[in-house]
Amino acid sequence: MGITGQDLILACSAIGAGLAVIAGIGPGIGQGIAAGYGASAVGRNPGAQGKIMSTMLLGQAVAETTGLYGLLVAMLLLFVKPLVG
Amino acid sequence: MNEAILMSASADKIDFMIHGLYKLNVFGQEVWITTSHVCIAIVMMVLVIFAIVANRKLAKATEVPDTFQNLLELVVELLDGIVESNMGSHAKVFANYICTIFAFILFSNISGLFGLRPPTADYGTTFALGIITFVLIHVTKWKNQSFKTIWTDMCSPLPPWFPLWLPINLISEIAVPISLSLRLFANVLSGTVMMALVYGLLAKIAYAWPAVLHIYFDLFSGAIQTYVFCMLTMTYITQSYGDAE
Repeated sequence: MGITGQDLILACSAIGAGLAVIAGIGPGIGQGIAAGYGASAVGRNPGAQGKIMSTMLLGQAVAETTGLYGLLVAMLLLFVKPLVG
Repeated sequence: MNEAILMSASADKIDFMIHGLYKLNVFGQEVWITTSHVCIAIVMMVLVIFAIVANRKLAKATEVPDTFQNLLELVVELLDGIVESNMGSHAKVFANYICTIFAFILFSNISGLFGLRPPTADYGTTFALGIITFVLIHVTKWKNQSFKTIWTDMCSPLPPWFPLWLPINLISEIAVPISLSLRLFANVLSGTVMMALVYGLLAKIAYAWPAVLHIYFDLFSGAIQTYVFCMLTMTYITQSYGDAE
């Protein structure tokens, strides 16, 4: 039952990947806020729905980027395995 | 080479990686023809055939349009409207380019529906698109603004004779194509990976219901990301004209 160094690195990489996707919390909150304000803006001015919609989607997509960086780090740790020798 | 290697979702194993198909030798360097190249070629072929058919059709356009002509006019007017509303008076110069990348990215993103591995899930493809945007931004900038304006802009929060913020502004310039391309890449890749996981791990019960996931990951997410990429490209280019006009 010997645990080699490589096994340890792989296990820790998996834990690190799990920690990295916690980055998804931030964009979730940010997109929720953007959608909430978008909904209230449409409620106040239903005529401008198209414009509000496109602005909201653009803002949400930009906010999403940080979460995607977390996802990329997790994927690199799991599939590219940069820490294994 | 077997064609099944092109599939993003083979039922027996989880497989969403890019595979090399042929090895070329260019000046002593190993260059691989990968699945991404093949998928790009297929997407381009579809677009080119569509363009040729549409061109034939519009060459003998009628006063009262029939169905196909109507569809073409609808698409072109929609795309022109998006570019027009974002770029204003500069729309004429960039409308062709924006509509081209719009069609290419959209077809690449939804090619996951047809069993291909989306070419935009390869960082090489999206980084090339990001680099093109970067070059366009800077060519436009140096053509339309004087050196003094650009220098003042680069030292922005501090006065131009004290360029302490210059390195930070340079880094934020370089970050533009990287964040643009990584956003598109990571979005499409996450969809591809999740579909591969569904088909790989739940192969026994993956009947019909993954269609819902396909609609979200391939159609909705793909269309949104296409829109966002084109929108940001247009915004950056419009910004680089400065406020001289």
